[in-house]
Amino acid sequence: MIKVNGRDFPWEEGLTVTKLLEKKNYTFPSIVIKINDKTISEDQWEIMAIEDGDDVKAIHLITGG
Amino acid sequence: MNYNLKENHKLLTEFQYQPSKADKGYTNKSLYVNLSDNKIKEKEVTEMIKEKFIGGRGFGLWYLWNAVTPNTKWNDPENEIIISPGPVAGITQYPGSGKSLVVTLSPNTGTVVDSNVGGYFGPLLKFSGFDALEVQGKAENDVVVFIDGNKGIVTIEEAPEEAVDSHILAEQLTEIYSESEEDKKNISVVSAGTAAEHTTFGMLNFSFYDVRRKAVRLKQAGRGGIGTVLRDKKIKAVVVRFKGVKGDSNNPADFEKIAKTGVKLHKEICRLDDSQNRMRHNGTTFLAGIMNDYNLLPTENFRFGSHPDGKLLTAKEWIKYFDYNGKADGCWYGCTLGCAKVVCDFELTSGPYQGQKVVVDGPEYETIAAVGSNLGIFDKEYILEVNFYCDTYGIDTISFGTTTAFLMECYQNGIINKETTGGLELTFGNKEVALKLLHQMAKGEGFGKIAGLGIRKQKELFVKEYAADAEFLNDIGMECKGLEYAEYVSKESLVQQGGFGLANKGPQHDEAWLIFMDQVNNQLPTFEDKAEALHYFPMFRTWLGLVGMCKLVWNDIVPESNKDNEEPAKITEHVQNYVDLYNAVTGNNIDINGMLDQSEGVYQFQRVFNLRMGYGTREYDQVPYRSMGPVTLAEYQSLQEQYDAQLKELLGVEPEGKSSEEKMKLLRQYREGQYHKITDAVYERRGWTRNGIPTLETLKKFGMDFPELVEQVEKHQ
Repeated sequence: MIKVNGRDFPWEEGLTVTKLLEKKNYTFPSIVIKINDKTISEDQWEIMAIEDGDDVKAIHLITGG
Repeated sequence: MNYNLKENHKLLTEFQYQPSKADKGYTNKSLYVNLSDNKIKEKEVTEMIKEKFIGGRGFGLWYLWNAVTPNTKWNDPENEIIISPGPVAGITQYPGSGKSLVVTLSPNTGTVVDSNVGGYFGPLLKFSGFDALEVQGKAENDVVVFIDGNKGIVTIEEAPEEAVDSHILAEQLTEIYSESEEDKKNISVVSAGTAAEHTTFGMLNFSFYDVRRKAVRLKQAGRGGIGTVLRDKKIKAVVVRFKGVKGDSNNPADFEKIAKTGVKLHKEICRLDDSQNRMRHNGTTFLAGIMNDYNLLPTENFRFGSHPDGKLLTAKEWIKYFDYNGKADGCWYGCTLGCAKVVCDFELTSGPYQGQKVVVDGPEYETIAAVGSNLGIFDKEYILEVNFYCDTYGIDTISFGTTTAFLMECYQNGIINKETTGGLELTFGNKEVALKLLHQMAKGEGFGKIAGLGIRKQKELFVKEYAADAEFLNDIGMECKGLEYAEYVSKESLVQQGGFGLANKGPQHDEAWLIFMDQVNNQLPTFEDKAEALHYFPMFRTWLGLVGMCKLVWNDIVPESNKDNEEPAKITEHVQNYVDLYNAVTGNNIDINGMLDQSEGVYQFQRVFNLRMGYGTREYDQVPYRSMGPVTLAEYQSLQEQYDAQLKELLGVEPEGKSSEEKMKLLRQYREGQYHKITDAVYERRGWTRNGIPTLETLKKFGMDFPELVEQVEKHQ
């Protein structure tokens, strides 16, 4: 199990940032990703592995419709 | 033909004035027009008014307060329509700087409403010599009010021959009052349309002339029924002409600072827009797909937040229709974000203009969701047609959509039927009937007359006439304070429920739109966090309407450095830009806290204004349960796993063995309790009593302790 924005989410082997975003259907174009408080640049999302127990923040930079 | 139209004008009065030049963003004059006695005069804009009310919405509220009494109704002659652009409006160096705010007593809510709008009218009004326009009284016959800012003449003219529908009227008046093709860009027309005469949610179109396409374009002040007030006053249009807009027409205190701040944002937009929201290509349509993906897109009267056919309404589907040539489509000079999209040569399939090829402004996200998904309709050409007709008929797409969605759910539940609707089968997904209803509204015929009343009055009517279950109607009727909801599903965001319910004018998202911050990002875990967000964001966003700026350039483009900010949701760099612009135009020296204080004074004033008109207490901040949670079994079952988990985690209730009805009841009790808690927390943060009334200390803190305001709040302390 991992945390995504403070909520439990099932972990699986080979989970990367890109795969996580797909699973969550997070399609908004401006998202900041932090794993255990470390910012992950977008060019690392495909390869950055998420480990079991990680605390992931996917902060959507949108505050206005 | 148009020459003859002008020949048939009857001049009722003419007023000559010496146009004041703007000085540090203000002309220090306002224009007052009374249609009952055809009196026109200039008024001084005092230092007090500028200091306390800043401009835009603030000026509108102040003038309206002084024009009406607690007994004034929206259709009384003393009600006013006030248009004011704000001190920063009209600069051309920073994107999104041409906004006007319109204020009136609303036919929807019975109290004061404000609506913001682009188009050229506000800046041209200012450069014609006026920080605000007040129109009071009622004309006997249809009139046009014309302001010639170059000649210093204001006239009231009876105008019997022109069309009422905006797409024709705005073209006619642009041609009549311009001196040449070249001069058309110096004209802006404010108008409504035929449906504004028969509904409570008429809106105003503000025109600008699109030189590239040689077409009149329309932007809308949509909310609150201001177009209905316009037509009730028998105003066909208010027209301004001003030739000579320059980059420094505001005569700002520090032009260099404005230019530098503008260049920084222009570069940012050029660098980043293509990889962010693509506003230059998509306009606000980009939100439709996003909302569908995050289960936030209103579908079938807000019952659901997503639909498989939602993919048909995404931005890539819309850009096929847009006439986009790679140049910015702004609604005021200098806007490189350019979100004002347009569809040209769109052939209409219904109504009085069937077969004609027209220009359609938009669609905006709100329109797509309101008249499309929320009615269970995912047909783009139908949406464009409704968009066009709502605009030209002068009605608000949001209120039209949300109201029709409510009627469709009533129809599907047998509350109304084919007999009561005059044969209209108002089922979700029935696009032909939605269009018929819209055309009926324009004519004031058939069931269109009832549809045009808006949800609040329909609920009363259906209970009285059809013995409908009042509790069910209150649950599913998506209105608060009499205003129909804007198009976001707020069920899973307590903060957004408050963002809608605790807004001064009713459930419009321009005060606080915090769904992602709350529901997706989970950045507001405590009630203190939630209340702080429901304080900061409404205050900040209110300020944009005081100075005449657009919200979109605040957060629909985001600087690279923002990701490292401690509070990324605030996009502080852009907030600082706004403060810098305000200081550079006016010569004042405020910081972000000073900005919020300016805003909060006006916000508190508006709350007391509501109180004065007989509203503004806790009972008026209550919201329909549909905005909080699942009303029907189908809604619960659509997200059963999620709701069951919440019962376990949040209430400690084991869902197994309980019926869906029992679970829905438990969830409802919990969510209603949460809404009361957030209400308490927000009231406390805003300096209000538990009944939602600003305390005397709060009024004093923000310099709003005028005797007449103190008198209002003392009655309720």
